[in-house]
Amino acid sequence: MNSAVKVPLVHITRRKNIVWYRAWIVRVVAVIMALILCGIVTMLLVGANPIDVYKTMVVGNFGTARKIWFMLQDLAILLIISLALAPAFRMRFWNLGGDGQALMGCLGATTIMILFRDSMPNWLLIICMLLAALFGGALWAFIPAFFKSKWNTNETLFTLMMNYVATQLVAYFVVFWENPKGSSKIGIINQRTQLGWLPTIGGNKYILIIIVAVLLTVGMFVYMRYSKHGYEISVVGESEPTARYVGIKVRKVIIRTLILSGAICGLAGFLLVSGTDHTMTTTLVGGRGFTGVMVAWLAKFNPFFMVITSFVLVFLGRGASEISTMFGLNDSFGAILTGIILFFIIGCEFFLNYELHFRHGKNKEVQ
Amino acid sequence: MASENIKTPVLELRGITKRFGDVVANENVSLSVYKGEILALLGENGSGKTTLMNMISGIYYPDEGEILVNGNPVSIRSPKEAFDLKIGMIHQHFKLVDVLTATENIILGLDEGKLNIKKAAEKIRNICDLYGFEVDPDQKIYNMSVSQKQTVEIVKVLYRGADILILDEPTAVLTPQETEKLFAVLRNMKKDGKTVIIITHKMQEVLSISDRVAILRKGQYICDKITAQANVQELTDAMVGHSVVLNIARPEPKDPKKKLEISNLTVRSSDGVVRLCDVSFDAYSGEILGIAGIAGSGQKELLEAIAGLQHVENGNIFYIDDEGNKEQLIGKDPLKIAEMGVSLSFVPEDRLGMGLVGNMDLADNMMLRSFRKGKGVFTDRKTPHELAEHVVEELEVNTPSVSTPVRKLSGGNVQKVLVGREIASSPTVLLTAYVVRGLDINSSYTIYDLINKQKERGVAVVYVGEDLDVLLELCDRIMVLCGGRVSGIVDGRTATKNEIGLMMTRIGGSGRDE
Amino acid sequence: MFDIVAFIPRAVVQGIPLMFGCVGETITEKSGNLNLGTPGIMYVGGICGVIGAFFYEHNATKMVAALAILIPILCCLAGSLLMGLIYCFLTVTLRANQNVTGLAMTTFGVGIGNFFGGSLIKLSGADVPSIALSRTHGFISATLPFAKNWGWVGKIFFSYGFLAYMAIVLAIVLAVLISKSKMGLNLRAVGESPATADAAGINVTKYKYFATCIGAMIAGLGGLYYVMDFASGVWSNDAFGDRGWLAIALVIFTIWRPGHSIWASILFGGLCILHMFIPTGTNLAVKELYKGIPYVVTIIVLIFTSLRNRREDQPPASLGLSYFREDR
Repeated sequence: MNSAVKVPLVHITRRKNIVWYRAWIVRVVAVIMALILCGIVTMLLVGANPIDVYKTMVVGNFGTARKIWFMLQDLAILLIISLALAPAFRMRFWNLGGDGQALMGCLGATTIMILFRDSMPNWLLIICMLLAALFGGALWAFIPAFFKSKWNTNETLFTLMMNYVATQLVAYFVVFWENPKGSSKIGIINQRTQLGWLPTIGGNKYILIIIVAVLLTVGMFVYMRYSKHGYEISVVGESEPTARYVGIKVRKVIIRTLILSGAICGLAGFLLVSGTDHTMTTTLVGGRGFTGVMVAWLAKFNPFFMVITSFVLVFLGRGASEISTMFGLNDSFGAILTGIILFFIIGCEFFLNYELHFRHGKNKEVQ
Repeated sequence: MASENIKTPVLELRGITKRFGDVVANENVSLSVYKGEILALLGENGSGKTTLMNMISGIYYPDEGEILVNGNPVSIRSPKEAFDLKIGMIHQHFKLVDVLTATENIILGLDEGKLNIKKAAEKIRNICDLYGFEVDPDQKIYNMSVSQKQTVEIVKVLYRGADILILDEPTAVLTPQETEKLFAVLRNMKKDGKTVIIITHKMQEVLSISDRVAILRKGQYICDKITAQANVQELTDAMVGHSVVLNIARPEPKDPKKKLEISNLTVRSSDGVVRLCDVSFDAYSGEILGIAGIAGSGQKELLEAIAGLQHVENGNIFYIDDEGNKEQLIGKDPLKIAEMGVSLSFVPEDRLGMGLVGNMDLADNMMLRSFRKGKGVFTDRKTPHELAEHVVEELEVNTPSVSTPVRKLSGGNVQKVLVGREIASSPTVLLTAYVVRGLDINSSYTIYDLINKQKERGVAVVYVGEDLDVLLELCDRIMVLCGGRVSGIVDGRTATKNEIGLMMTRIGGSGRDE
Repeated sequence: MFDIVAFIPRAVVQGIPLMFGCVGETITEKSGNLNLGTPGIMYVGGICGVIGAFFYEHNATKMVAALAILIPILCCLAGSLLMGLIYCFLTVTLRANQNVTGLAMTTFGVGIGNFFGGSLIKLSGADVPSIALSRTHGFISATLPFAKNWGWVGKIFFSYGFLAYMAIVLAIVLAVLISKSKMGLNLRAVGESPATADAAGINVTKYKYFATCIGAMIAGLGGLYYVMDFASGVWSNDAFGDRGWLAIALVIFTIWRPGHSIWASILFGGLCILHMFIPTGTNLAVKELYKGIPYVVTIIVLIFTSLRNRREDQPPASLGLSYFREDR
């Protein structure tokens, strides 16, 4: 027992409070460190100097008016899906099914667009497409919510599997409606008549989508912060026993919130089909359901912060794909950079919640 | 090296300080413990007893100060290092893995070569025989009663060869009879040369088991006394820091009228176990009805059934309003009960898990009861905010502001917020479960006062408690539950502690299962 | 006629990647870590093996069997270990949210796989049209020579590369270790109640790191088996698909028992290829629906398992939660 008395060098404690600006400093530092690491990784793989790399990324997002519109549209759709997921997460319901719910929205809209294009006026067709999309998304979220509320079925994997079921359903209909025959593709729907296409504003098909995203951001903020529903969601998310104790019907709240969540995902699907792409593919949503989870979580479910986090992720994704085109690389490069940035942002939360205390020179020698 | 000298303490603390953020849990505590003694560590809730002991058992590491074992300075960075120094602690919240057996729990984390359950079980039986325990080595923890679990905890520490045992409030969950059994075992250990430190805030226990008592107050070491030379008043004053009157008021019930009529109530848990069986009783306005029983005898289910939170298999719960009309409460959820005009308040056992939302601020927590009020889709935030300010002022809640999350408040203040909200709606029936658990003496008395005020207002109070001394001083009548059945209803003014203790175990001993 | 002798071996080879993934995830979850990064880890395991094999195949003039097998395996293990370490550092040391960390890991891992899969040739300046590691495939998928002569017995039981048998052996060994050894007992305690394990003197952090990293390495082998054996050494982007998610779902199906993962994985392997064995004629669209069968079955399984109430069949109690000793 005569050895040195060893004292742990670092001691961690939970932080009681953190001033808001210090929290933001930590986050910004984390992002900067991540960007530096991204630069180094890119340099090693591509051999270009980091300044060029970042320049390329900016050009990829803001290089031309067209690129800016693309970026804004991408941002808007990602934001809408993230907003859709936020109330579910607030309730601690891990809805990883954003992709599937949005895809079902696409499927709903496409079905109406193809089947009823000759039987109703255009405005009615668009409204029916919207309703079908909302229904498709809502249905896809309702199913796991139902089982979660009834038997506490694991929603994480359930919603995840629903994505693949939706993908296969869409794949089925893509082949079913393929045009031309044998192509296994639907192609642009109603290209000549433009039936079921959302109207453009000043010849620009992206403005409407951006307006929807802005309205939804404000609306979701108000809904979660000031409405009775929003309050119920918070209580259920914090503690189900408390919710039951004050007479909140937990099952009803879970199902209602998920229907809302799914319907907004469906709306995103509708905007993709009717607003921009005018076709349906299995990859139309492109994993935004997953990215949306991270957007919502990183923003702590605050819709306004979600604008920032979704911008960061879209910027990275588009910037990285510009790099890959420029250097003839695979466009999955963006996913790597996104991953690195996410690791840093996720990791930096630690420094917001905990404090490190270092002990210097206190190791005593004992005879 | 120090020689084996009686004068050398087996355990010595010198100037121990521990902080959690801004809160100082222990400040400059020095304390010595000698071989073969039973030391009671006395202090109020929140006085830092458990934190101090956690530093000896390796759960926390002190910020300042040193620990000596047998005269040698040591550093205890983990429970394992504590075991190596032959120190073992039995925590208040048992550290057992539910899905494992007693043996598996006992040998957990030990390095003694290959896993040999049979050999371990044999050794466990030997320990049990030596000190007089009863343990089935192959029983799963989730099938055990609280006192069985505690026994497993003690055997676990002995199995590791501990010479210094620390027990954190071991009797909180036991009946008087089980407590006696535990004390007998502790005396056997003392005879065997072991050192025992028992953390408690119950004076009677200090006097009946300990050789010496050390007192902590607000994280600081106050004094120690030879138990044989100490008396209750003296110890209480040292513990609280000023003279306290140890009396709870008990006004006579005024004009009692029947408020609740409960008959043949039977409740089954979701896994099919009968939690309440054929329970019948009445509760009157202007009266406090105490409910006594071992933890898990159906108290929680009873209150939740009345509050509309529990599925009831059989029986009736009638609420009788001022005009004498009977209303059936069974089959109605809290919302429906409130809509019927029954003003029923419930202070549940789990304050931050059920009564309040820890991450929400005071104002938002006030809103829990009122957020539905008003038309439209938006919540009214003004009224709850005012209520929160009112409660803070009226009950002297110590909080930076009403927009502080309640989880950041101390236990006593959390309880004041909860009770304050529940009585703000002027209830006619008030249900409370373990309402003073974990509170210091001053807060406890504030709460007793509040409950008595409600009683004088003509509220029917149902008070579920664990401290029989308090039940006997506060309640007009006491109903004793045992294994989900009523084993009797006694007059709080004439009943004795021993009588109630026996009633707590009368039906089928500790038979909690089935 | 449904050709069972042709069906079973194909179900097995489909099932082996799932088995690796499921066993790896089970070990991970036993420590209380819900690693949703497993799909990404399996991609990384696969691509690291490919990178190792690619450089060996293109630089060695004469390939030695032992090296041709060892190099990809070691590369695969190193890559997946690194992923496991990232996950542990974030969730155990920094106590980050496990779900979000897992999803980020999957984004990252799938990105790594597809990026290198698509750019390896350009990056290394090699003069080949596509990554086809047929020689490495030959070594890794070598079967017992006599298997061919044993008719249907040989086909069903002995027609696989050694990695397949390794998966089964791993599943059995780990099942025994978990239920019978001291380490297994400690691991279970860590996953059930880290505070208890900690108080009993078990190093919770160490167990979480070890279990998660070993789990990640096992899962990574699933990715390696997929490219090197199943896909004949040909990497195509996104070909591995969503097997990682199925593997995680299988953990629930097998109620956290590695032994069960053997038959469960093969069963799911069968479901994945069922669409090839159901005659659909010229209706190609219906085939797409049949491909959805494994997911629908998984959902049904999830629902049924949520109806189970036995205490022993529940997930590790601390699954998904990070542990901080000084939490009060």
